Amino acid sequence: MKRLTRKFAALFGSDIGHSYLRSPGALFSTMVLLILIAAALGAPLLAPQNILDPRTLDLLSANTPPWSANALTGHFYSFGTDDQGRDVLSATLYGTRVSLLVALVAVLLSMSIGVTLGLISGYFGGRTDAAIMRIADVQLSIPAIFIALLISGLSRTLLAPGVRDTLAIYMVILAIGISGWVTYARTVRGAVMVEKQREYVQAALMIGLPTRTMLLRHILPNVRRPILVIATISLALSIITEATLSYLGAGLPPTQPSLGTLIRSGQDFLFAGEWWILFFPAATLLTLALAINVLGDWLRDVLNPRGL
Amino acid sequence: MTGFFLRRLASVFPVMLVTAFLSFAAFHFIGDPLQNMLGQEASAQDRARLAAELGFDRPFYIQFLKFVGFALQGDFGISTRVGRPVLDLILERLPATLELALLSFFFAMSAGIALGVMTALRPSSALSRVSMTGSLIAVSLPNFLIGIGLIYVFSIKLGWLPSFGRGDTVKIGWWTTGLLTKSGWKAILLPAISLAAYQLTLILRLVRAEMLEVMHSDYIRFARARGLPKRLIYFSYALKNTMVPVVTVAGLQLGSIIAFAVVTETVFQWPGVGLLFINSIRYSDVPIMATYLLIVSFIFVAINMVVDCIYYLLDPRLRAVGGIK
Repeated sequence: MKRLTRKFAALFGSDIGHSYLRSPGALFSTMVLLILIAAALGAPLLAPQNILDPRTLDLLSANTPPWSANALTGHFYSFGTDDQGRDVLSATLYGTRVSLLVALVAVLLSMSIGVTLGLISGYFGGRTDAAIMRIADVQLSIPAIFIALLISGLSRTLLAPGVRDTLAIYMVILAIGISGWVTYARTVRGAVMVEKQREYVQAALMIGLPTRTMLLRHILPNVRRPILVIATISLALSIITEATLSYLGAGLPPTQPSLGTLIRSGQDFLFAGEWWILFFPAATLLTLALAINVLGDWLRDVLNPRGL
Repeated sequence: MTGFFLRRLASVFPVMLVTAFLSFAAFHFIGDPLQNMLGQEASAQDRARLAAELGFDRPFYIQFLKFVGFALQGDFGISTRVGRPVLDLILERLPATLELALLSFFFAMSAGIALGVMTALRPSSALSRVSMTGSLIAVSLPNFLIGIGLIYVFSIKLGWLPSFGRGDTVKIGWWTTGLLTKSGWKAILLPAISLAAYQLTLILRLVRAEMLEVMHSDYIRFARARGLPKRLIYFSYALKNTMVPVVTVAGLQLGSIIAFAVVTETVFQWPGVGLLFINSIRYSDVPIMATYLLIVSFIFVAINMVVDCIYYLLDPRLRAVGGIK
């Protein structure tokens, strides 16, 4: 405990902590993010309905506008309900949960692929490096959303229709994860090539450290700053990509909706004047992405890794 | 220049071959085309006969070579969903996508450069502040939400513009254009703006950053000292030098506009190739998916190559020995 407090004190006493406390944008978006994350984690407790279970739908209260009680049943809904009596607040909470989960795991996946390949590429150089960077070049010339769409489309085709919906979440994570590794690989590779020349690496080589230890214990900690910046920015990007895939119908199914799926189904009600079914998931999505982007911008300015 | 161009061209072939192989593998391993064509009740003899007729009994690599051969002649097979040649389906929808992509590219470039210059030169003006805040929001705003927002305001609330389709089109040869009719222009406006929004912010931020950097350079300071008119300094001296990175990014953005057209076309039910592709994903129509993949990667590769060459032409430093490889 004492060690933890000391660590926190050190963090807030540092330049980064100082800049953080002085940046209203970063402070505010952290707050917003924490609230959203808490809401997502607590969805099963907070949500009035369990939207994953069709039995909890309040069919008689269908199409209730937000912040009003249904004329028929008298049930009050703060975010309103859709045509099947699904509470929009609950749907948004569960949707945020799925969106955040997918984006986080996808970022972790692309980070591990990208950092590993970047370390290998930068450290060993030569043919390995050329091969990896060639693939990266090709992938970089194709927009990420496109690669994600293709992977998701192909995997849908490969899977039997029965398991498609249950496995959809893994497919989406895989699609977004694979589409995003290049930025990490390139940045880490560049940083490793610089670090490789440093004396501490030479010294470590001299005492005969195994390559693995060298890469993971000595070089990796020294390139973690740019990785952190990219991870933050690509978290926002992953959330948006997932929403886009789901919106297009190539992402998460209506039985396990993310914010994008909710927006997709909400769009049909827009023409009928029932704007709330779309509005709340859309507003949550925008807030989430905006908060992460503001935080990412601040991080980039503070850590200031060149060439980003 | 020729050497550079040839080297670039040579690097295109492996990429295209890999893409072709992936497309072919998709054809080959996903789904069972024979089953689709024959139906459930076909006998084993029927199956073998059709396989022999279509060359499916040949070794994998011969089939692949045949696929490449046919693809080079523009024969990409038949859509398993619609039952028409894939190339016809794609060609009749290509004009819609290209018109949309080029118009929004034009929007993004003109508005992006204008606003970028303005935010760099007059950072405290109201319009600059609005565009800087707007650009931060636009980066976080998924493309499809911009489209839905535009539909809500301009189609549903105000009723000014249509929310879907292409309006009336005019046929010129095999090309259909919506840019010659009033309803066509009305229909393309919202999709083009929503598609342009993200690229616009990218160009804006880039031009702004480049302008800010250039304005601090010595030659601008010197031009000021000589008492040259401001207009001349800003546009002939400063802006011209920001164009090298802008052209590069703009070229890459054209590719990403084509990719994001998939999303915009879905939002506005725009009858382009993107919508065809999305439907083919939903219905597992592999020939269309594979052909779209091939054609789009060809477009990307071509754009990248053109951009590289423009870059090379614009920046004399790259032409020095040992510059770009």
